[in-house]
Amino acid sequence: MANEHLFKRFDEELSRLDSRISEMGGLAESQLARSLQAIRERDSGLAESVIAADVRIDAIEKDIQEHVLQMLALRQPMAIDLRQILSAVKMATTLERIADYAKNNAKRSLVLMQGAALPRAIGGIDRIGRLVQSLLTDVLDAFAKNDVAAAEAVWKRDEEIDDVYNGLFRELLTYMMEDPRTITAGTHLMFMSKNIERIGDHVTNIAELIAFRVTGTSFASDRPKGSGAIYRPA
Amino acid sequence: MPTVLNIVSPMDALPPPKMEGVDVKVFYGAKQALFDVSLPVRNRSVTAMIGPSGCGKSTFLRCLNRMNDVILGARVEGAITLDGQNVYDKTVDVVQLRARVGMVFQKPNPFPKSIYDNVAYGPRIHGLSANKAELDGIVETSLKKAGLWKEVADRLDQPGTGLSGGQQQRLCIARAIAVSPEVILMDEPCSALDPIATAIIEELIDELRQNFTIAIVTHSMQQAARVSQYTAFFHLGYLVEYGETRQIFTNPKEARTQAYITGRFG
Repeated sequence: MANEHLFKRFDEELSRLDSRISEMGGLAESQLARSLQAIRERDSGLAESVIAADVRIDAIEKDIQEHVLQMLALRQPMAIDLRQILSAVKMATTLERIADYAKNNAKRSLVLMQGAALPRAIGGIDRIGRLVQSLLTDVLDAFAKNDVAAAEAVWKRDEEIDDVYNGLFRELLTYMMEDPRTITAGTHLMFMSKNIERIGDHVTNIAELIAFRVTGTSFASDRPKGSGAIYRPA
Repeated sequence: MPTVLNIVSPMDALPPPKMEGVDVKVFYGAKQALFDVSLPVRNRSVTAMIGPSGCGKSTFLRCLNRMNDVILGARVEGAITLDGQNVYDKTVDVVQLRARVGMVFQKPNPFPKSIYDNVAYGPRIHGLSANKAELDGIVETSLKKAGLWKEVADRLDQPGTGLSGGQQQRLCIARAIAVSPEVILMDEPCSALDPIATAIIEELIDELRQNFTIAIVTHSMQQAARVSQYTAFFHLGYLVEYGETRQIFTNPKEARTQAYITGRFG
């Protein structure tokens, strides 16, 4: 962001805050990618490693919170600095949630690996997963560049995820109705697709935080929403 | 750029200006200190003026009750209105003006008299009381409004200069209040005080705005943020930005304001 405070250490602290957020974003991105790979390739070792790596993200979140607490108390930030610091702590919470969903999917993938493969349903999870993955990458790039227009573009694309999610939901219901032996796996897959859809929502939150920190404002228009078809009786 | 909404919700109806500067220019001899400053001081609220040294904030404050009149070679152009009337109008009695627009200075400056006489001085010269009992009442009420009564009630005959710095400043506020002004000007009222005495004065300012219109010049941006509802940022004799305090300190519109309040001024 804008820098060169008269008090130089303040700049160092602000840039340290941003680099920790970027580090956390990179880890969350990798956790999501690796969880998807574990699901796709039925790789239990990879799933275990995703589960084990979650503590690193939790540790960075805690570090960011302490750093923010100190900056608020000691630097008494104003205006753009205050917004940057407030959005950092919210970003950290959001990225921790994203990583948590990836971890949960890795856990569920271990259960799936114990039964028969459901290639078509797994294919659906992978599709929505890759879509969310690309949005997460784009929003983290927008963060690194303080690019509000790029953030808004990501923000508007959440609708695509909602649509894919709704399709997947119906697909899974169909499998379970056709063959009750798939209900255990189908239920896990249902939660997994929901987790991915939630990651998409968190990506839009990050887009909003980018707008807030740069301009002090949020996007004016209503975010395009999916059809909400799954909330209506079939 | 995306279309955006301002996060700061508009305030319900803004209070009307009690005083207003209209295209105010001030010259000290050949040197111009203020350039076309137009700024409202809204009724029963606190307006803070901030900016680096020499920015013109104190010059503007001193225009509000014509304190610049006493500076040799000072010349004011434009208008300063009080309830719509130009205070620089020839018909305005400066003594009466200063009774309506009181002032508290940077260093507490009690008269070398008793606490009682410090507060009673103004009401006496303006003939505001008919008898001793009434004057006693004014002194007591003023000291109470200034939050000093409990500390000095049993020693009103002691010299005002014997009080602590913070108490002296509150005595000066009581002295300003005693003539029932409508506006109180404060020129860095806490810069000579410790943090606790400062907090007491700030709390007092917040209470006083129920009954008075206050304009304060301060070097402490935190103080401006804490006590004011409106903030004006001055730089090199120009008014750069004026707005609600909550907007100025969270999302200033002008780059120079942002640079100053975030400590980036070079």
